Amino acid sequence: MNIQFRESQEAASPLTVRTAIADCDIHPARATRTELYPYLAKRWQHHLEVYGVHAYQGMMEGPPYPKAQPNASRRDAYPPEGGPQGSSLSFMQKQLLDPNNVQLGVLNPLNTGQGIRNHELSAALCSAINDWQIDKWTSKDKRLKASIVVGNEDGLSAAAEIRERAGDKNFVQVLLLSRNVEPLGQRRYWPIYQAAEEAGLPVGVHAFGFGGNPITPSGWPSYYIEEMVGHSQCQQSALASIVLEGVFERFPKLKMVMIEAGFGWAPSLCWRLDKAWQRLRSEVPHVKRPPSEYIREQVWWTTQPMEDPERREDLFDLIKWIGWDKLLFATDYPHWDYDEPSRVLPAGVSEANREAFYLGNAKKLYGIS
Amino acid sequence: MASLIAGGIDCDVHPAVPHLTSLLPYLNDYWRDQVTTRGMVDLVSQSYPQNSPITARPDWRPETGKPGESLETMQRHVLDPFQLSYAICNPLYGVQMVFSEDMQAAFCRALNDWLAKEWLDRDARLRGSIVIPTQSVEKAVAEIERCAQDKRFVQVLMLVMGDTPLGKRALWPIYEAAERLELAVGIHAGSAYHNPPTAVGWGSYHIEDYVGQAQAFQTQLTSLIVEGVFAKYARLKMVMLESGVSWIAPYLWRLHKFWRGVRMETPWVDRAPLEIVRSNIRFSLQPFDAPPEPETLIRLFEHMQSDELVLFSTDYPHWQFDGQDALPEGLSPDLVRKIMIDNPHATYPRLT
Repeated sequence: MNIQFRESQEAASPLTVRTAIADCDIHPARATRTELYPYLAKRWQHHLEVYGVHAYQGMMEGPPYPKAQPNASRRDAYPPEGGPQGSSLSFMQKQLLDPNNVQLGVLNPLNTGQGIRNHELSAALCSAINDWQIDKWTSKDKRLKASIVVGNEDGLSAAAEIRERAGDKNFVQVLLLSRNVEPLGQRRYWPIYQAAEEAGLPVGVHAFGFGGNPITPSGWPSYYIEEMVGHSQCQQSALASIVLEGVFERFPKLKMVMIEAGFGWAPSLCWRLDKAWQRLRSEVPHVKRPPSEYIREQVWWTTQPMEDPERREDLFDLIKWIGWDKLLFATDYPHWDYDEPSRVLPAGVSEANREAFYLGNAKKLYGIS
Repeated sequence: MASLIAGGIDCDVHPAVPHLTSLLPYLNDYWRDQVTTRGMVDLVSQSYPQNSPITARPDWRPETGKPGESLETMQRHVLDPFQLSYAICNPLYGVQMVFSEDMQAAFCRALNDWLAKEWLDRDARLRGSIVIPTQSVEKAVAEIERCAQDKRFVQVLMLVMGDTPLGKRALWPIYEAAERLELAVGIHAGSAYHNPPTAVGWGSYHIEDYVGQAQAFQTQLTSLIVEGVFAKYARLKMVMLESGVSWIAPYLWRLHKFWRGVRMETPWVDRAPLEIVRSNIRFSLQPFDAPPEPETLIRLFEHMQSDELVLFSTDYPHWQFDGQDALPEGLSPDLVRKIMIDNPHATYPRLT
């Protein structure tokens, strides 16, 4: 670790000392296919070799909407020692953490045990990923913090995994994906929220996942871009479900983070929810306050891929409607739609808002001093 | 509220079919027999439960029967007091929900004939939309061509949630026919419930279905744009009906950003999504899903960067506003004129 630290200092130019930031969406990858095996029982190693992973989609490997780049990742992010993008700590330090002065980096592993039809395998893989995050990443670089990945379709075993990790300072949140078998407000997921609330951990809901439902309410579309854009609609429906099922009413200390699904839709969704709730609240008496109030108090948003209107005042309108205290900067490293920290916010933002946006909000939410 | 002007065009009113038996006179012997022999019940969609507060304004709700089933009441509630020159009838009867394409085609044909005879014939201000059996593109095109001979039909009507995304190439003959016959294509809120009503599955509540309409419109716009419908049918106008409007600009910023990133996947999309929307897509005014403060509304219209996107609608008899307050506060008189008169005329060439 010391050697790597010295290297990274050499890599950063003394003329470009940057203000510290938090990166709230980093995707660590496995360098090899079998990198998780040391954390898996023999039974599951055997299972993976013979049957593979049975997901809520048809492909044994890879996504049915082929990405636009290998692993949906930057072509300059392959580590020099080999392996896919995001699989080397030393290269991540050199390419992301050191030059951008990342003080807090939140790891959100994808391709884990989530979205798998065999729920026992799902739980085993998630637990393995959590051990692996400590061994390979957070124990070796104190700037990095892990997310507790849980078998999303089995609320009880997911809650058990959260309780086992509660209090471990390597972890700062629980991670779910937006697309599941049912909308995320449904009761089967409540044990996850209860355990997270008890552990004082926010629940991050990252775009993506597979739950078997078409990614539009009118069936399966044709293109990768439709899946990419569609994640923001999935996120809206998932959040609407969470609010309308009364999850925030039932778990008032629960905090949720909407990750990598944009935030531009948030004001409109809140207005629409409030307007419909005024008319239809007798159907959902457990939702006691206007939906926007729960969202304003209990939901945060990561920024990448940053909303990008032509005129900066339009962006400022959006952020004003959401709250400068609710946005968490993220790069999405090493994915292709990475947001470069120095170019995300236009000029004209106060120093206090800028600090909150890049670092302060994240440290407060994740309890990092 | 902004002042209404006389001579406006209401682009979204909903005459109700009293009961499936009301269509019997418009069905042939075989289908009349099917309906009665099989004991078929009324086709009321879960999108609009009859007694839901959204489905009818309290003062627009009749003592008996369905809201919107009487022409005289519609005249008294909207056509006269809003001093409309035209109102476009968009029947939301649940014919899209059945799975047999033959049955769907028979019901659509009956519904369109019912609309012409029991509504359009009885008030010269009314115009119609052609409801089509989308499960069979061949039958849908035949129904469009049949009804289009009656110039009072100004639009083809589809639901925002059907069997497939609306941009899919298999549906293109519908768009070809609409463009050729100078019909707009209206996409209305509602689902055939052939897919879960959200992209993350079945929610528990009516309110979820209703809120979710906006997400359905967003995914359909993506499909229509990236499949290349408007590169192929450049003169085609599509109207998002009862879609909400406050999501349009942020949605387009996002689509635009990804299009710039991965446009190599859909090289036939030769214009920016924002430009395509400005030239080919329109939105009905109600439900106006923004907060009541005029300063927010003014910013929202600024974000759209166009005063041509929105068409006046009351969404009668659905409960979206009270009294005569169909126009939100803060609209300039120029914008009111565009929304109520100029924009609808530019969208519906048959409105003369």
